[in-house]
Parts: sequence; structure tokens; C-alpha cells
Amino acid sequence: MTRQQTHRIAITVMTIVSAIVVIPIIMVIGYVIWMGISAVNWEFLTQAPRNGMTEGGIMPAIVGTVILTLGTAIVSMPLSIATAIYLAEYAGDNRVTRWVRLAMVNLAGIPSIVYGLFGLGAFVLFAGFGTSIIAGSLTLGIMTMPVVISTSEEAILAVPQQFRTVSLSLGASKWQTIWHQILPQALPGILTGMILGLGRAAGETAPILFTVAAFYLPQLPQSIFDQTMALPYHLYVIATQVPGMPVSIQYGTALVLLGFVLSLTLIASLVRTFMRRQREW
Amino acid sequence: MAVANEPASSPLATAPAPGRRWGEVIIESIIKIAGVSVIFIVGFIFLFLLWEGLPAILDIPLRQLFGPQWYPIEEHFGLLPLLFGSLLVTVVAVLIALPLGITTAIYLGEIAPPWLRDILKPIIEILAGIPSIVLGFLGWIALAPLIQTMGAPTGLTAFTGALILAYMALPTIISIAEDALYAVPREYRDGALAIGATQWQTIWRVVVPAARSGMLIAVMLGIGRAIGETMAVLMVTGNAANIPAFSENWLFSPVRTMTATIAAEMGEVAQGSTHYHVLYAIGLLLFLITLAINSLAARLIGVSGGRRSRPGGSL
Repeated sequence: MTRQQTHRIAITVMTIVSAIVVIPIIMVIGYVIWMGISAVNWEFLTQAPRNGMTEGGIMPAIVGTVILTLGTAIVSMPLSIATAIYLAEYAGDNRVTRWVRLAMVNLAGIPSIVYGLFGLGAFVLFAGFGTSIIAGSLTLGIMTMPVVISTSEEAILAVPQQFRTVSLSLGASKWQTIWHQILPQALPGILTGMILGLGRAAGETAPILFTVAAFYLPQLPQSIFDQTMALPYHLYVIATQVPGMPVSIQYGTALVLLGFVLSLTLIASLVRTFMRRQREW
Repeated sequence: MAVANEPASSPLATAPAPGRRWGEVIIESIIKIAGVSVIFIVGFIFLFLLWEGLPAILDIPLRQLFGPQWYPIEEHFGLLPLLFGSLLVTVVAVLIALPLGITTAIYLGEIAPPWLRDILKPIIEILAGIPSIVLGFLGWIALAPLIQTMGAPTGLTAFTGALILAYMALPTIISIAEDALYAVPREYRDGALAIGATQWQTIWRVVVPAARSGMLIAVMLGIGRAIGETMAVLMVTGNAANIPAFSENWLFSPVRTMTATIAAEMGEVAQGSTHYHVLYAIGLLLFLITLAINSLAARLIGVSGGRRSRPGGSL
């Protein structure tokens, strides 16, 4: 076998392997849409489940997931952005900074079920919030921090150095420079990171299992100390815990969850593209 | 540009008003405190798991804790079957994901034309965004019956879990391996091609070896991702907390992982019971495993980052 033949065979094999990776992804998305689209209609999106969840819609779960996503944003955003500003603008090359970065890497690597355990111990039991929206939002918010911090830091660092130099030379203080010049320029990147993090949080099941998710709750939560249904947990429940569940409702729920999470990802990339076009550097 | 349009109100005004200065001192202190909060959060999570998990480690004799029986109802808390389950599923998942992921990374980085790359990369990013419960659901409702028809007594097996985990680990492995390949200097490729190597020889003998530390990191983070995954393995591995006998076909037997055990049992235990504390001890173990993997990977990334700036360092 000549070298050229080996080369051609190797390229062919690699093309096939890449197809083995990519094609199932398209199949998964296509299959969920194919099987679920018939169940998704106006009633499905706006009605509460009826008759032991085998009829009706999934509105409480959708609303619950939206509430939890907002709660996650409120918890995660201020602390994450402050940390990103610290890392990008204040942190020196010293031991503390290295520890912060190491902590971030590890925070990102903690299994989601361990976040669930932490949320149960710290927020539900120790802080006494009970199984509630606030306990779930705090858990998900902490889990989302590493993504938001690293994308925000990147966005802040990407603002050209001249912005800082010019602003400081005009007499602005360091904080004025950050607040009036750097942050507005970094905003698209920060928003992108935030939405990506929220997309991840919205689809998570393990962290909300013991902190907020309700098996079945016909009415909507009244306060942040109430439990709520949520799409990922609802999908788990109707797939494995309820006998005689119509398959179409299961696929319909999977499709709504997938649609919600993927549209957040899509919005994030649209924000990035649109704002980049607006930018003048 | 925003800076140019800023009205030059008083560029020469010297000291800022005292009120503003104090405000800034406060804001900057808040930011510095927030900056180090991440360290405290990780420490806090660790202490909480330790606090709730330690009673189990102290109460249960070590022989039992590392014994082969997990029957919580009869107060048998042997972690061996769960460790075995996690290990088996993770190792098989990484063995599947590794060749697929690294080959795809090479294909994307070195071979695919730009237009194809622009199509394939977003698709792989979509995979990273699919919630694990959705993949678990598909594994449960579609993949498991398929595997059963291939001759296994049940479709809910270690292999089913490993297959799904492999795909979940792929985006991580591909993106890190791609970064590693990207960091190999252009001159290495040019040099190899210039002395008459084919593109394949260049990739296999020059580029991949130069990127090997990055590949190692990809493997490690893939393992970290797979071992912590919960919902998908809970749904598709069959949840049998026993070690299959040697004669059986290990891969196609039901197993139960550490993560799935916590998820399945925490909802039903009484707070403060031995069972409750054991589940926290399992969480502590998972925390420490991923902590070790990620700290090591972070260290290696630091090392390879340093190497990158020295051309010709690692060949």
C-alpha cells in the first residue's frame, strides 16, 4: 500500500467517524420533533394536567421552568459579573487569583446531583427555606456561575486597551472607566454567557429534584417559598413514574423542553452576532 | 466610538468629589469580595458534604462500607456495587467517546473544508445543549428496546448508559481536543508537508503527538463529565445495585451508579438517618473525585499553555 493510498483510506475513515458522531445528533432532534409535534397544541401549552396527568397540558411545568430560569438569573448575575470584573480588571497575577481560577474550574466540574445534595442541605434544611423556588433558584444560580463568569471575563478582556487608556487619561477613575466604558462594550458578551448558562440551568433535573420540583401541582406557585412543577422533572415523572402515560404526551413534553432550552442557545448566538455587527471595533 | 463622543466636561479637574471617591471605594471592595466568593462557595459545598457525610463514615464499620452489599432497607451500606457501576459505565463511555471525539476533532480541525466545518460545529454545540433528561428519556423509550432486540435480557444495561454518556461527553472531548490541535504551530505542519509527508502522515506523526497533552486533558474532562452524569444513567442503566457475576455478560447487565443512587433514594429517606448520611458520603466521594480530576486538568492546561509560547518545545 502506498502512502497516498493510506492517506486516502485514513481520510475516508475519519469522514465516516465524524458522520457517526454528527448524524445521531440530527436524528435525536428530528425524532423528538417527529414524535412530539402532534401533541403540542394550544391546549397542551396552556392547560394544567388532568386525570392523573394522562390528559390536558403541561402549563404549570412550563411556567415553573420559566420562573426558575428567572430566579437563576437573579441569583447568578450580580455575583458572576462582579467576579468577572474582579478577574479581568483588578486581579493581579498572584496566589489569590490562581485560587479563584482553580475554584471556578472545580465549581464547573461538580456533578449536578452533588449540587442537588448541597441545595437540599444548605437551602432547604439549614436555611429553612423548605422545598421552594428560592432554594431551587439558589442551587441553580450557583451552578450557573462558572459559565457566566468565564464568558463575562472574556467579554471584558476583549474590549480594546485603548478604551481604558483614553478614559483614564481624560481623568476618569478606574471604576468610572469600567462602569461607563468597559461594561457597555462588554454587554453583548456578558448577555450571551448569561443566556447560555440559563439554557443549561433550565434543562437540569438533578439539582431541582430535592430542592424545588413538585410531582404534581395543579395550581401555580403563589410565592417564592412554594414548590413548583418544572419541565425536566415533569418529563422524568411522566416517563418513569406514571403507568399508562400516553407516549405522545411524553414526547410532547420532551419537545417543549428541548425547544425552550435550544431557543435560549439560539437567542444567545443571535445576540452575539447582532451586537458584534453594531460594534465599532 | 463612544469614547470620542463623550463630552469633555472637565478633563483637568483634579481630585474627584469626596462622596464619589467613597462610593468607589465601597464598590471596589464589594467587587474584590465577590471576586474571591467562588473560593468560599467551593469550600462551603465541601464542608456541607463533609458535615452531612461524616456521620456515615464514622458510624458504619469500614468493612461494611466497602463491602459488596447495598441493601439500605436492611441497613447494609456497601458502596462497592455503586463504585463498580460508576466505574464500568464511565470507562466504557470514555472508551466509546474517545476515538469518536478525537477523530472528529482532527477531521474538523485539519481536513473538513470551512463550509462543512461551519455546519458541523453548531450541530455539535447543539448536542452540548440537549438536557440530559431528554437523552435519558430517548434512551429509556427508544434505545433500550432496540438493545433488547439485539439479544440482551433487558435493554436497561450498563452498555445503554455508557452509549448515552459517550455522546454526552463528546462535545467536551471534541472542543478541548480541537483547541489542542489548533495550538500546534503552523510551522510543524508546513515543515512536515515540505519534506514530502502526506497530509495523513503529518497529522498522525506530527500534529497529534504535539497536541498530546491537550488530548490527555480532553480525556480527563470527559471522564469528569461522565462520572457525574445523573438523570440519563438513572433512567437507562436498570438500577440494579449488585455486581454482576463473572460468568454473566457484564456490559449487558443492569448496574447502578453512585449518582443514580443519590437521585433515586434521597427523596425517600428520613433526614438524619444513617441512609441519609450515607447518600451525603457518596456525594462527598463524587465531589472529591471530580475535584481531583479537574484540579489536575487545570494544572496540565497551565503547563501546556506555557509550552505553547515556546516554539518547538514539545516535539
